[in-house]
Amino acid sequence: MPDTLLDVQDLRIHFPTSDGLVKAVDGLSFSLERGRTLGIVGESGSGKSVTSLGIMGLHHGTNAQTSGHIRLDGEELVGATPGRVRELRGSKMAMIFQDPLSSLHPYYTVGAQIAEAYLVHNQVGKKVAHKHAVDMLARVGIPQPATRVNDYPHQFSGGMRQRAMIAMALSCDPELLIADEPTTALDVTVQAQILDLIWDLQQEYHSAVIIITHDLGVVAELSDDILVMYAGRMAEYGSAEEIFDQPGHPYTWGLLASMPRIDEARLERLIPIKGTPPSLIDVPSGCAFHPRCRYAGFTDGRSQTDVPAPREVSPGHLVACHLTGDQRRKFRTELDLEETEAATARMTQGEL
Amino acid sequence: MTARAPAPHPVITFIVRRLIATVFLLIVVSMITFAIFFLLPRLAGQTTRGLASQYIGRNPTPAAVHAIEQQLGLDAPLPVQYGRFLRGIVLGEHFNAGTSKAYCPPPCFGYSFKNQQPVWPMMVSGLPVTISLAVGAAILWLVGGVAIGVISALRRGTLFDRFSMGVALAGVSLPIFFTGLIALELFSYKWPIFPNVQFVPFTQNPLLWARNLVLPWVVLAFLYAALYARLTRAGMLETMSEDYIRTARAKGLPERTVIFKHGLRAALTPIVTIFGMDIGLLLGGAILTEVTFSLHGLGLFTVEAIQNQDLPEILGVTLLAAFFIVIANLVVDVLYAVVDPRVRH
Repeated sequence: MPDTLLDVQDLRIHFPTSDGLVKAVDGLSFSLERGRTLGIVGESGSGKSVTSLGIMGLHHGTNAQTSGHIRLDGEELVGATPGRVRELRGSKMAMIFQDPLSSLHPYYTVGAQIAEAYLVHNQVGKKVAHKHAVDMLARVGIPQPATRVNDYPHQFSGGMRQRAMIAMALSCDPELLIADEPTTALDVTVQAQILDLIWDLQQEYHSAVIIITHDLGVVAELSDDILVMYAGRMAEYGSAEEIFDQPGHPYTWGLLASMPRIDEARLERLIPIKGTPPSLIDVPSGCAFHPRCRYAGFTDGRSQTDVPAPREVSPGHLVACHLTGDQRRKFRTELDLEETEAATARMTQGEL
Repeated sequence: MTARAPAPHPVITFIVRRLIATVFLLIVVSMITFAIFFLLPRLAGQTTRGLASQYIGRNPTPAAVHAIEQQLGLDAPLPVQYGRFLRGIVLGEHFNAGTSKAYCPPPCFGYSFKNQQPVWPMMVSGLPVTISLAVGAAILWLVGGVAIGVISALRRGTLFDRFSMGVALAGVSLPIFFTGLIALELFSYKWPIFPNVQFVPFTQNPLLWARNLVLPWVVLAFLYAALYARLTRAGMLETMSEDYIRTARAKGLPERTVIFKHGLRAALTPIVTIFGMDIGLLLGGAILTEVTFSLHGLGLFTVEAIQNQDLPEILGVTLLAAFFIVIANLVVDVLYAVVDPRVRH
């Protein structure tokens, strides 16, 4: 029996603006088990960050309209009182953000900020909380934690700041950790360390982790499952192996083709996806990806009119696309061939 | 290994560094002020003899003027005069100006021959008025302005926000001699809630002291509260959209803690700076308010000194005002180091 921690069903988060209704998340469903890592991938404006903020209840304060279900350990969060969601924030679910420098308060010591997170959810004294902050810093690999705990964020390096953010997020032993672009603002050399740290801590705490990123390299390294989002909806969902080896959605093909790979000698050039992500106010009718999709013409016009429902193409692997299984296999093979041919052509021209 | 003394707290070293710099700054300020008052009359075509004649009263004989010129050392070079001025501050000075013989005890900031009094005690007698006025108004406008600013920012776009910002705009635009006269007309004459506005020392009758200062306080505070409300509102709107506020919420902190501990704390930093400077400026004399309400503080003293062209008085009050501003600057810098850890390092 799967040990489901987070269950999101038909989540919609809409923001009314003077320009129109922004459908940031529009009918998203997925679930996450304890001890597993879900990577949510998509371009800017695909709704991945709003999804995470919505789970945390941090999209309030804006005039968001939220519907659907978010169940954390069986407890419904959509429509729960702000007070209850606040209690769960930081204790049962925690979040780390993209830019650790601007996410830490410049006027308080790193230790005080970690201790604060612990104090608000635990009935302990300040000394205990301070000691806990030192322990947490040690656990995330900050050297000399007993001294560094009294440093201010600006005295930390970028990687150390993100470690401190992780220490803060994990200080109450949350069951769900959401990392929103946790390595985007960091040096490349530090990125791998932070990802390793998240991986190690997840094994230690057996928590569920959601990693939000536009970087497929990050999810390849960490994720058990991958959710590809486009224009606030699911494009594809499946295990990391399935997504990388048997991608089913033309958008995922595009993402993979635009990703540099080091593990295989790549002969082709990177192929960018044509066009730009759609405006969330004026989402294209039918399949939101159809204006950018080179296979939209093969669906008897349905991609312009019908929103494709996610279909299971193999157990646990969902694809929201109108193409039939045969069409997908055919186009995928053609695409591979095309890429290889292009590479060969360049090779014969002596370009390599 | 030799034992090293523990490094002093960064805030302490910061304060010591700033104190030393402040002493030098004050000396430079006094030199410049002195030079201005030495040079200005000469640039305007005054001779030392003409200057001397100012100190002696009506219809002086040329011999008497010359005597004063010598005795006051008005013909001595600038550095010598400045040296005498400094010596007077420390040791006091004897003035012997013909008919008037006077001793100016230390700290001697000059002697007003027109009023036949040393400048320092005259300024000191005006200080309680100005301090009472400035400090009382400052508390009012700081509390009122910041509170209105915070509420406006949190309820952005509501009726309260629009109304208070409208009033604030009026407050910034209306000069004190306008609001002050209206306040006097309404609350002192038409409905005499605060009749006979005049200064009563705090030590003499605290109740009367406060009652008589209510109108000047409110009028002065209105102007500044308007400015502070707008500044606080802008600052709060900016900080509340910072990433670290989102982090504070993500920790599950109560909204009150998020607003006051994380939001207001950061938004207040620039307010502290401006507050220090405003207080410093006002201590040198709240000229318009003091004139409007006929309060005999430093501001009114300054106005009278200028009207009488009493150079020693003007010089003295300028130096005192400069002193307050420099000290306020120092306090602000120290406060800044206490408030913002990034300044210390």
